[in-house]
This record gives sequence, C-alpha cells and structure tokens, in this order.
Amino acid sequence: MAEPLLLEVKDLNIEFHDHLIPETVVYDFDLELKAGEIVGLVGESGSGKSMSALAIAGLLSRRDMHKRGQILFDGLDLLTCERSKLRKIQGNEISMIFQEPMTSLNPVKRIGWQIEESLRIHTELNKEERYQKAIEMMKEVELPDPERLYRQYPHELSGGMRQRVMIAAAMICNPRILIADEPTTALDVTIQAQIVELLKRMNREKQTSILFISHDLSLVKQLCERVLVMKGGYIVETGPTQEVFAHPEEEYTQRLIAAIPKVERNGK
Amino acid sequence: MKNVKKNYNLILGGAITAVMLLLILTGFFWTPYDPEIMEAVNKFAGISLAHPLGCDNFGRDILSRVMKGAGTTFLVALGTVLIGTVFGVLIGAFTGYFGGTIDEILMRIIDAVFAFPSILLALVFISLLGTGTYQVVIALGIAFIPSFSRIVRSEFLKYKNMDYVKNARLQGASHLRIMFVHILPNTVSVLLSSIMIGFNNAVLAEAGMSFLGIGVQPPAPSLGRMLSEAQSFLFRVPNYALGPGCAIILMVLGFSLLSDGLKKE
Repeated sequence: MAEPLLLEVKDLNIEFHDHLIPETVVYDFDLELKAGEIVGLVGESGSGKSMSALAIAGLLSRRDMHKRGQILFDGLDLLTCERSKLRKIQGNEISMIFQEPMTSLNPVKRIGWQIEESLRIHTELNKEERYQKAIEMMKEVELPDPERLYRQYPHELSGGMRQRVMIAAAMICNPRILIADEPTTALDVTIQAQIVELLKRMNREKQTSILFISHDLSLVKQLCERVLVMKGGYIVETGPTQEVFAHPEEEYTQRLIAAIPKVERNGK
Repeated sequence: MKNVKKNYNLILGGAITAVMLLLILTGFFWTPYDPEIMEAVNKFAGISLAHPLGCDNFGRDILSRVMKGAGTTFLVALGTVLIGTVFGVLIGAFTGYFGGTIDEILMRIIDAVFAFPSILLALVFISLLGTGTYQVVIALGIAFIPSFSRIVRSEFLKYKNMDYVKNARLQGASHLRIMFVHILPNTVSVLLSSIMIGFNNAVLAEAGMSFLGIGVQPPAPSLGRMLSEAQSFLFRVPNYALGPGCAIILMVLGFSLLSDGLKKE
C-alpha cells in the first residue's frame, strides 16, 4: 500500500548569490518523508545539511539564494508558493528547533508568551485558551512547575529546560513535521538522552514526522528509521539506519561510523 | 546581600526635575502674577517677598514669566522628541530590518538632513512655515529625526540576525510583527536613553531659537527670549537674566542627572 508522501524534496540545489562568484552549497538533494517517520540527516559541518533544512522550513531569503528543484509539502511547492501560504504553514504544519537554546529565546519576553506565539499567529484562541494549551504543552515536555515557569524569563532557565521550551513552542500547533537542527549539540550528555527520548515520544503520541539533523551518529542510530549522509553539499549515502550502519557502502560513511567513540565497559 | 549604594544622580536629578515639573505644572494653571501685566512702578524691582525673582524692564514679574516660559519650553521639547521618536523609530526600523534599496535611499536623505546644524535647519523650516509654537515643534522635530533613526537602525541591524528572530519567522510571524513585537522591545533601553538626551537637546534648541528671535513669538513668554532681552541689562539687573538662565540650567541638569541615575539602575 503506497502511503502518500508528506514531504517530497526533488533535485534541490541551493546557490548563494550574495558574492561576485555564485557558490553552490547543496547539490541535487532528494528527500522523502512519510507521516510519522523519523529521518536522520548526518554530515560534518559545512556538508549542507542545515541549509537543506532551512530551505524546507522556508527560512532562506529568496533574494540572496537561488534554489532549483521542488519542495513539495502536501503537493504544494514551498519554493514557489506565495509568501502568505508559506507563513501559514510555518509554525503550524512545519516547525523547527535549533541548536543554541541559549540564544533561541527572546530575552525580553516571558516563557509562556513565547510558547504561545504560534497559537497567537495561527489560531483564534483567546488568552485563557492559549494559557491552558501552553501549560498542557509544558507538562508534555516534562517541564517542572509549568505555572511558575510560564511567568519566568529565559535567563532564569538552564540550557536543557530552554530546549524543552523550544520543543514546546515548536509542537504547540501540532505540526506534521518537526525539523530538529542539532537540538542536542549544545547540551550535556545526560540531557541529550532525555531530549532524544522526548522527541521519540512526540513522534509516537502525535505522529509527528521528524527530520533529525546531527553530526552525532550515535544519537541518529537511536532515533532514526532512515538516514541520509551528506558531504560537501551532496548526499553520499542513504537508506534504513540499521542497514547503513551495519553495511556502509561509501568510504566516507565507513569513516564516519568508525569515528563514533565507543564506551568501554568493564565487567557488564 | 546586595551592596546598595545610594544613587546620588537619581536622587538629586529626581529632586530637581520634580521641583521644575511642579513649577511648570503650576504655571499652566496659576502664576503669582499675570505674566503680561506691565506695571511701570515695578520697573526693575529687585528680589523681594512680593516678587521672588524681581521684575523686568516692563515691570512684569519674572517668576511668573519664568514659570510660563518653562512650560512652553517643556511642551516644545516634548513635542519635538515625540515627532523625532515616532518617525525615527519607523524609519530606523524599516531601513534596519529590510536593508536594500529602501535603506540606501532613506539613509542618504537622512544624512542630508543630518548634515545641517539643527538651528539652521529649523530656520529653513520656519521661513517656509512661518513662526509660531507649532512651527517650532515641527521644525525641531524634523531636525531630530535623523539621530533617532540612526540609533534605531543600528539596533535593528543588530537584532534582526538573532536566533529568536529566525525562530519567530519560523513560527510564521509577519515582518511587521517581528519588527514591532519581537525586536522593538529589545531596543527600549537604548531608545529611552536617546529620548532623554534628545529632550535636553530640544530644551536647549528651543531656548536658542527663541534667543535668536525665531522661536516662540511675543507676547508668549519664553525663556530664550527673556535671556535675549536681559542682555542689555546684564550688569544693572542681573536677576533678569538669572531667572530664565537658572530655569534652563536646572531643567537640563535635573533631567541629565535623572537619566544617568536611571541608567545605573
């Protein structure tokens, strides 16, 4: 039974045109995402994975960058549709969270206000309804004492808590796709594991597809069903995670996997 | 345990400003004497209980004139800063946030306006619009727009690339919403600082214009014009100049100290 594709990226090419010589950063990028799938996008810095994600999220300036190809979401090409249609989708059906929780929150606005922002933009809910949803969402991302946290400012929270706030803000409109751009890189290892668990739960409970971008292969292995490996703007290998990790075809992939630090365990 | 040091700037500035504001507010409704009544018998009367600042060459009570004059100066400064801030913020926000051609064009226009000394610019506007209090406010207001817009523009340039702005874009916020709901609140402290400095400059500019005769016209009392009239009598009747002079000094001093004190908080 063929499931309809939620997101289909075809032949995406991204070229920077803000200097004299145009610079291509992503070549022939293809991606298929079904509802409820978790796909990983791995590669080193500069491989083009963030750029591709930003393009899908509609965040790349249409002026400085030339894009070729199609990004089909529910059949609508996000690269060429009207801005207003794109804005309706952003935050509502496609959400994104970033790497740096320390700078991703507005320092002069309270936490509750920031979590509700998508609701304010995309829905007609009144103040009370938004408050209820925000508190509910904060509980789902396991933030302690949500009523108190609601009134606090970002600088009063730790990095792990801020990242949970980001996830709450991104999930509050129940998006069908969540793009997570290195969400755990700036966090310490124990918190990383918790965030990954949280994402798994969101996927299970809400059927949210996740595009998980990371250079941390061990996390990708835990979380993603399929994985794309990027290098220098190209996709060099793709396939089900188990397959790729067990039998990497490309040399680059082999080297990446070999570079995963292994924890030596004594005894157990 | 916080080390609480007394913020002398705030206390002193606050006190001076409060006294001046009290005088100004009272002056709107009541003055000891009608500022325009001329009584020849009082010509150049010295400081006395009846006339705490004495009388001028027409026998008008100086204190009453200072109170009314300070009120005019205050209102003109307020109006000037209001125009400068509102338009400065609008221009600064749009040019800083969007950049591109609109930025280039508007900024060159702003540069041109900025190149003129403010009093000269005000003179040009007055010659086009005529003299009078409203014209002074508009003229000075326009002269003040460039500095506000530059400050706001540089703030917006700084903030538009912040991660949380990208985040707001991702949540689907429109550009206007991002500019005025997400970025502007971050610029408030810098803006407030500029407003306070601007207010002081406006007070001095208004006094300067009135001194030169192109500001508020008689019979409305004005601190600047009183100073101008007092020039001829500077050594014979010093309190004629001291009254308005001190009023100007105290207004500017009080406000400066107050804004310094607030900045520390």
